[in-house]
Amino acid sequence: MTAVSLRPRRFAISGIVGAALVGFWIIVAAFGPMLAPHDVGAVVDLDVFSSASHAFPLGTDYLGRDMLSRVLSAARYTVAIAFLATALAASVGVVLGLAAATGGWLDMLLSRVFDTVIAIPSLMFGLVVIASLGASIPVLVATLAVIYMPGAFRTARALALNVTTLDFVTVARARGERLPYIVLREILPNVRGPLLADFGLRFVFVVLLLSGLSFLGLGVQPPHADLGSLVRENISGLGFGAWAVLFPALAIASLTIGVNLVIDALPKRGRR
Amino acid sequence: MIRARLSLSPVTVLIAKRVAVAIGTLLLVSLAVFATSLLIEGDVAEAILGQSATPAALAGLRAAMHLDQPAYARYLAWLSGIVRGDAGMSLVTGAPVSALIGARLGNSLALAGLTALVSVPVALTLGITAAVRRGTAFDRVIGLVTIAIVSVPEFLVATLGVMVFAVTLHWLPALSSMRDVGSFSALLRVFALPVFSLSCVVVAQMVRMTRAAVIDVLDASYAEAARLKGVSPSRLVLRHALPNAIGPIANAVALSLSVLLGGVIVVEIIFNYPGVARLMVDAVATRDMPLVLSVAMIFCASYLVLVTTADIVAILANPRLRHR
Repeated sequence: MTAVSLRPRRFAISGIVGAALVGFWIIVAAFGPMLAPHDVGAVVDLDVFSSASHAFPLGTDYLGRDMLSRVLSAARYTVAIAFLATALAASVGVVLGLAAATGGWLDMLLSRVFDTVIAIPSLMFGLVVIASLGASIPVLVATLAVIYMPGAFRTARALALNVTTLDFVTVARARGERLPYIVLREILPNVRGPLLADFGLRFVFVVLLLSGLSFLGLGVQPPHADLGSLVRENISGLGFGAWAVLFPALAIASLTIGVNLVIDALPKRGRR
Repeated sequence: MIRARLSLSPVTVLIAKRVAVAIGTLLLVSLAVFATSLLIEGDVAEAILGQSATPAALAGLRAAMHLDQPAYARYLAWLSGIVRGDAGMSLVTGAPVSALIGARLGNSLALAGLTALVSVPVALTLGITAAVRRGTAFDRVIGLVTIAIVSVPEFLVATLGVMVFAVTLHWLPALSSMRDVGSFSALLRVFALPVFSLSCVVVAQMVRMTRAAVIDVLDASYAEAARLKGVSPSRLVLRHALPNAIGPIANAVALSLSVLLGGVIVVEIIFNYPGVARLMVDAVATRDMPLVLSVAMIFCASYLVLVTTADIVAILANPRLRHR
């Protein structure tokens, strides 16, 4: 009895922690640069790779810049680029997925194209595109969106196929409702939960891939810097355990773990 | 008809079909990868000669590199070159791409192979145990740790590994160098951190998928029937559940090992490891397209080999397909 009543509570707590982490990073992305105690590019300390102190709560980086200000500013790039890319992947993927659920040659064509994209390891795909187009922020957003579009497409298509066979869709059709009404008022409310969870998962993948690319020096380019770039900049401090390497990496981890905790706390109904 | 005449078993036909699909996909992938490389601003000749090159020099180089030919002809030439093992010359060093890759491929394969050797047994043991002991403290700890590892960047795992084992404990060197490999213990010290970091990521992924696969089987009605019949838990798992979970588990192993393909790039960079992935990253930075395309095709082919092997294992493990 206790086990049954305790379990939902624990999930709720981890969900609250996750929501707090996500909320924190949204606020940082929105207001971070305004909260920064120092100028992002300013060398403020003669000592490089210094540990946490009163003046520099997260220490300083390889040039003696304030890490707290760097992280606050970089978080905006990571969150904004990843969110834009995920939103683009999800919206295009869901529209195409719903369209493909009607079957026919469109379904065949789209499924074949997206199967090909899935067969290319995501980091490789990103590297080939960046080699030919360069690593500007629009190219990054578009590339990340294309890489994660097949997943959104497949999820939306599968969900729509499940739902369209249900009675209330048949009833709506029999009532003579038009397609937009059926898609927006009958199908969408029933697939919203799973789609939202899918969006969160994809956002996590996009953050990880973007950070990976920036870490390799092939993502966000200087003078801009996202959290992955900060890890890269300071990697020379790794050999003696500089905090400047660890903090941006932990920042990424707290963002992605936060999103995962929120997804886990969502109602499980209808999820894969 | 053909099947009857050649007296092929259904299993052979299924496997042949699966291999054919893989080859078809690889061709489509090569087309997509090559098409992406055509997006480059200007063309490769401009990239080599720079913007101040004379039109005559550009035209000469274009003709020499066959850039004046239509895209499909270049694609076919490139593809047949790749198949023959001749991937052209590096634009940066001028050396044959195949020689550049050949010198590094062994190192990357050693890293990936060692990681697979370490992670597959560990992950299968943990994943199956967690599934069998579902809901226990053991299962919950495994679940928490694996989701944490899966949802953080690979470089965080590697960074933490260096901080703990090299910086704090001084057990291992922070950077690996193949030159130091003289004895077995030296080999262990060089490979320990890269393999550990990669294994963490691969194991976490594999444990989650294996656990899910085994739980699926344990929830099936025949497992319930066996339980009601009074079959011992160990017999239930070993004789009833596992044979049916081989297909999904093979799939889990293949998909998790494909995580290696991305992870190996990050780990080779962090540990300064002389593998193919480092070559790739440098080639992307200098926009050395022949080299980029070749390494990309190696990774795409490896991924397809993994996934296809898993499918073939699933076909072979399914007794329903053996007789008809």
